[in-house]
Amino acid sequence: MTTIEAIRLAIRAVVANKLRSGLTVLGILIGVAAVILLVAVGNGSAKAVQQNIEQLGSDTLTISTATARGAGARVQSGALTMDLVDALTNREATPDVKSVSPVVTGAQGVSFEGTAHTVSQFIGTTPSYLEAVNDTVARGASFTDDDVRSHHRVVVLGAGAAARLFRDADPIGKQVTVGVARFTVVGLLGQKGGLTFADPNDVAIAPITAAQEAVSGYGPLNQILVQAVAADRVGAARSQAQAVLNEKLHVTNAANQPFQILSQSQLLTARSDTARTFTVFLGAVAALSLLVGGIGITNIMMVTVTERTREIGIRKALGAPKRTLLTQFLTEATVLSLIGGLLGVVAAIVGSQFTILGIHPEILPSSIALALGVSVAIGLFFGSYPASRAAGLRPIDALRYE
Amino acid sequence: MSTLEHPVIEVRDLVKTYGDGETQIKALAGVDLAVHRGEYLAIMGVSGSGKTTLMNILGCLDVQTSGRYLLDGVDVSTFDDRQLARVRNRRIGFVFQMFSLIPRTSVLANVELPLAYAGMKAADRRRRARAALTTVGLGDRADHEPNQLSGGQQQRVAVARALVTAPTLILADEPTGNLDSTSSAEVLEVLDHLNRIGRTVVLITHDHRVAQHAHRLIELVDGRVVTDEPIRRSPAGESYDGRHRPRTGPSSEAVPA
Ligand SMILES: Nc1ncnc2c1ncn2[C@@H]1O[C@H](COP(=O)(O)OP(=O)(O)O)[C@@H](O)[C@H]1O
Ligand SMILES: [Mg+2]
Repeated sequence: MTTIEAIRLAIRAVVANKLRSGLTVLGILIGVAAVILLVAVGNGSAKAVQQNIEQLGSDTLTISTATARGAGARVQSGALTMDLVDALTNREATPDVKSVSPVVTGAQGVSFEGTAHTVSQFIGTTPSYLEAVNDTVARGASFTDDDVRSHHRVVVLGAGAAARLFRDADPIGKQVTVGVARFTVVGLLGQKGGLTFADPNDVAIAPITAAQEAVSGYGPLNQILVQAVAADRVGAARSQAQAVLNEKLHVTNAANQPFQILSQSQLLTARSDTARTFTVFLGAVAALSLLVGGIGITNIMMVTVTERTREIGIRKALGAPKRTLLTQFLTEATVLSLIGGLLGVVAAIVGSQFTILGIHPEILPSSIALALGVSVAIGLFFGSYPASRAAGLRPIDALRYE
Repeated sequence: MSTLEHPVIEVRDLVKTYGDGETQIKALAGVDLAVHRGEYLAIMGVSGSGKTTLMNILGCLDVQTSGRYLLDGVDVSTFDDRQLARVRNRRIGFVFQMFSLIPRTSVLANVELPLAYAGMKAADRRRRARAALTTVGLGDRADHEPNQLSGGQQQRVAVARALVTAPTLILADEPTGNLDSTSSAEVLEVLDHLNRIGRTVVLITHDHRVAQHAHRLIELVDGRVVTDEPIRRSPAGESYDGRHRPRTGPSSEAVPA
């Protein structure tokens, strides 16, 4: 009996029990669609992170306080101050540094005429920050160094924050309340794409002096953002910054520094690692549903074999070799599973047209091939027990079965 | 060849018991039997006398508890599963009492099945299956499914399937047990015809009139052969003899094979 005949036979058997086959196929369909779609979500988020890296530029470094290890004195000495910013700005000590921006940041409640919204990143900094993170001012203007010096309470809003606070009104020139202080909106940032799980447009940026005075208080800086003169000078800029910090903070033990310097791409790698872990977890859940689908195949094939015991007996009496019967039922299980796999691919392609968890899924062609391969493997694996039961029946027992 | 020297079936002191201990049943209690090429044998006996048990062993579907069974001079008890499947496929054609056909599968595909298991090419086996269907007078029903046929027609398809491999031995276990007299006659005519063209036919029945078709009668009582005698032709009218001829049914367009 040729393979094509075996497949035709299997399809006929599958079609003979439409509802039952349909439900079994559904189990595999859901599993395969879930796996493909979640891999696509992971892939989409990795692509978004990639875009983020490109957008932020690979020429920035972030200096932050190292996580405190025991001694309180160390935390103290590692605190980032405006002093350090000045030291880093010294052209002679750091010739490869283009700009240095102090950053204080935190979530902050902002309101405008009764509309309140918590901006996830209320940032106090200097104008150089916008250039370092590739933010562009779409309307109005950025605040200036003079605004910083004069503690002017002005703010530039990200597109997301502006949309939530103002809806249709024009925000430029309007006053918003941040905490207990009033800030004047002077500019709007352009829309930023490429996101992981947080909206990068939900920001508000103000002069650091005004932000500290009115909002965050005069604590240490959260970060210092350093922009190198060029992407290929980031390494040099890093060692220069390192030297300045070591001197300023009197670091003797290089292995135990009170601060850390990360390049933007390192930060994003860390973030995409988190995304990947999340994807693997979701993928595992999806794989579990595929396993359940596979058990459904075993179940339905057991029923089929039992129902067709008499037929198996007749086939054996006519001289069907064990292997032929094994192939017959394995093919049937595989056809079931492959139909589920194919429909699952279709469902995943349809599903990928929608945005999931704020991410546009991007289907990997290889994940389709893999899913189809896996569904064949599932048919073979989960069909093997019922099929070998059928093939192993003694002809006399099969014929006598009622 | 040795097959010419040996009986098709040679059975010595065949015993088959089911179960063990107190509930043990002796279905066959020492059967001796030899069937030669071209014979037409009827095995009779009341229900429970061991007919089916005997047929299952003769058909290599089951193995005896003790005793010897030589098929074409070969002791099949030494065969493994694969060899037994081959023997059933090449040497034996079965007709069961009922539900002999595979459901939802065309008549032609049913008849082709043993040839497919023998590894014959699709075109060849289609041709031979059609010829076999013509022999039983159902050449025009090839594309029907079993549930579209009457009981008698189904059994004739089963006979066509049994003869399609040109086996040494055709075993029919109460092939007319579930049929009305007209259908029975049609099925028996086909078996008669097969015997006339040289096939060895073993026909199991509990019906005396059916047994009259054979040339030799064996009677089983409690798993033992109590009679073994040639059949005297009974007067016309008492059996179905002669009233129908094979391949002459209304639907037949048969040509001699
Ligand atoms: N699988 C079995 N297990 C136990 N007893 C059986 C089995 N098959 C048949 N028998 C018994 O063996 C005896 C002969 O049965 P069987 O060969 O089917 O008789 P027949 O076909 O002549 O009616 C009966 O008593 C029956 O109950
Ligand atoms: Mg019986």
